[in-house]
Amino acid sequence: MRHEHIETNSGLMILLILAVISIGGLVEIVPLFYINETVEKVEGVRPNTPLEVRGRDLYLREGCYLCHSQQIRPFRDEWLRYGHYSLAAESQYDHPFQWGSKRTGPDLARLGGKYSDQWHVQHLKAPRSVVPQSIMPNYPWLLTTKLDYSDVADRMRALRATGVPYSVTQAEYEANVKKFGQTVADQLDISQAEANLLKEARDKNFDGIAGQVTEMEALVAYLQSLGTMVNFSQYNDDEFVKFR
Amino acid sequence: MSDPTQNAQQKPGEVQTTGHAWDGDLQEYNNPLPRWWLWCFYGTMVFGVLYWIYFPSWPVGGSWLKGVGTVDYTITDKKTHQAKEQEYRWNTRSLLLSDLNEAANNEKRKTMLAQVRAASFDQIVKDPKMMEFVRSVGKGLFGDNCAACHGSGGQGVVGMYPNLTDNDWLWGGATGQIHETLVQGRKGFMPAFGAVLKPEQLDDVAEYVLTLSNEAKPSEASARGKEIFHGPVGGCYYCHGADAKGVPSQGAANLTDKIWAIADVPTQKTLQDKKAVVKTFVTKGVNNTRIMPAWKGRLNDDDIKLLAVYVHQLGGAQ
Ligand code: HEC
Ligand code: HEC
Ligand code: HEC
Repeated sequence: MRHEHIETNSGLMILLILAVISIGGLVEIVPLFYINETVEKVEGVRPNTPLEVRGRDLYLREGCYLCHSQQIRPFRDEWLRYGHYSLAAESQYDHPFQWGSKRTGPDLARLGGKYSDQWHVQHLKAPRSVVPQSIMPNYPWLLTTKLDYSDVADRMRALRATGVPYSVTQAEYEANVKKFGQTVADQLDISQAEANLLKEARDKNFDGIAGQVTEMEALVAYLQSLGTMVNFSQYNDDEFVKFR
Repeated sequence: MSDPTQNAQQKPGEVQTTGHAWDGDLQEYNNPLPRWWLWCFYGTMVFGVLYWIYFPSWPVGGSWLKGVGTVDYTITDKKTHQAKEQEYRWNTRSLLLSDLNEAANNEKRKTMLAQVRAASFDQIVKDPKMMEFVRSVGKGLFGDNCAACHGSGGQGVVGMYPNLTDNDWLWGGATGQIHETLVQGRKGFMPAFGAVLKPEQLDDVAEYVLTLSNEAKPSEASARGKEIFHGPVGGCYYCHGADAKGVPSQGAANLTDKIWAIADVPTQKTLQDKKAVVKTFVTKGVNNTRIMPAWKGRLNDDDIKLLAVYVHQLGGAQ
């Protein structure tokens, strides 16, 4: 094809540019689809409960990811500050994953259990009341807005379409019992989503307001689950070197 | 329009042009790339190939090129507690392990840690060298894990998170007690007396509590409050002790000093306001709202030991 022909025909040029650029992407990405060896085999990683699903949605809605990453990299300083580096297996049910690289605030990948629920409520409502130097915005409405959980089952169905094992049929439920145990499998049953959400909110009362399910409830439930699923004391420190 | 090919015929000593001409006379030289630049370019290609070979790189089939570089590291097996030396192929994870125990400044840290691990709390506190180590490492650990609640200097937030610098302790300020606080976490609990005592009784007992720290003078009301405090009606002495100096095993506060962890008495100006904050507090009590997380499992045993000593010296304590 003549050079001049391409240069003077912008439609054709756009198509050819797209073709050339996508080669780079495809060569890098497609082979990875066929590699399972990089995903560590660990116990304990489960999909989010219905309440955590809603909490995660709020995390996205409020743009927390703009300042917080959820990926601890395998560097010495990060290991000392945050704990064990993140595993691929830990975000296998996370769609889209929240790894990120923007750290205006600290990484949150191992946040669960670090603080009390009360601290989170206070900190989200008014960060400077507990950390005077903080530049994190206030999120007071989380505590005053009732959580809309009417569509939580639909949201779980959407995640199921991306491969998260929330169950619809009896066979799927039983497969989950085998894989995750009864307690977790019950939480993954889409037909029970709303009841499970309300039960978790009532039992754990993350927002500290009895008898009410606020957006804060869901967000704190999600935050308290981060990075807690794998029990690293079971594994030697070099257990995961072979996956890279 | 001039003929674009006109200049293409090279005269001696002149650089060739690309042969195009725009706007009549605008032309472009066709200089060859400088030789040094070309060699650098070829150099990057060679570097790229060597890099692929040495480090993990391309996906191939269901696996990937693993590279040929290796890394040595030592880890302690969690089951047998034996240190084992390993060599593994280079990747960021094995590199981390070697960084963790082989970085030069880590050697010093390792010997200090071994000393601290072997020493008793008393020995650590008496040894200036170990204390220097505790202070430098403890400061970082405290900042990463504790400062969000207790404040960057350990000063706390009245009513929410105790001040760790005042040498007044709910759960005890001996290194062993602080260590226990860190390992298992703490949960302050005091019953809500709003439903147990009548409003007048609450007033009386609040007045009595204030006399304990000389905030109020003994009065008829405080005498009635004293009976409630030390009798079966209030039963306050059960947790706070007959001398009201607190009982560390209960996490109950010392009520006889000027230091207040929860009821914000010192910032109130009038006796009336002081009484009001004490009364409000006793009415509501503490249930599931003041939680100190457990750090066992989250931090390793060495870090917890270091922190216990660090917090102990923050309070300047015995
Ligand atoms: C403008 C950037 C910004 C945004 C947006 C933001 N944060 Fe933060 N966050 C920070 C900074 C800075 C800190 C460190 C100071 C502090 O603790 O407040 C922080 C700290 C935190 C911490 C404490 C982490 C730790 O280990 O100490 C949590 C939890 C947290 N943020 C959650 C959230 C959540 C949830 C959202 C969304 C609702 C959010 N943040 C949005 C900047 C941000
Ligand atoms: C989620 C907030 C939070 C974090 C994080 C936290 N603490 Fe606490 N801490 C508390 C609360 C609340 C109490 C008071 C418990 C009570 O009321 O009995 C407390 C009590 C203590 C006490 C006992 C004080 C006394 O008077 O006896 C010590 C010591 C202590 N914390 C040290 C630490 C250290 C060290 C860390 C970091 C490893 C830490 N805390 C992290 C909330 C926190
Ligand atoms: C079950 C044990 C228990 C009983 C009974 C009890 N307390 Fe307490 N009290 C505590 C504990 C524990 C704390 C500290 C709470 C914390 O750290 O979270 C406390 C704290 C206080 C404080 C706040 C001290 C400060 O430094 O801010 C006051 C005041 C107080 N108690 C008064 C009373 C009075 C008056 C009564 C009786 C009517 C009483 N308490 C009965 C356990 C008890």
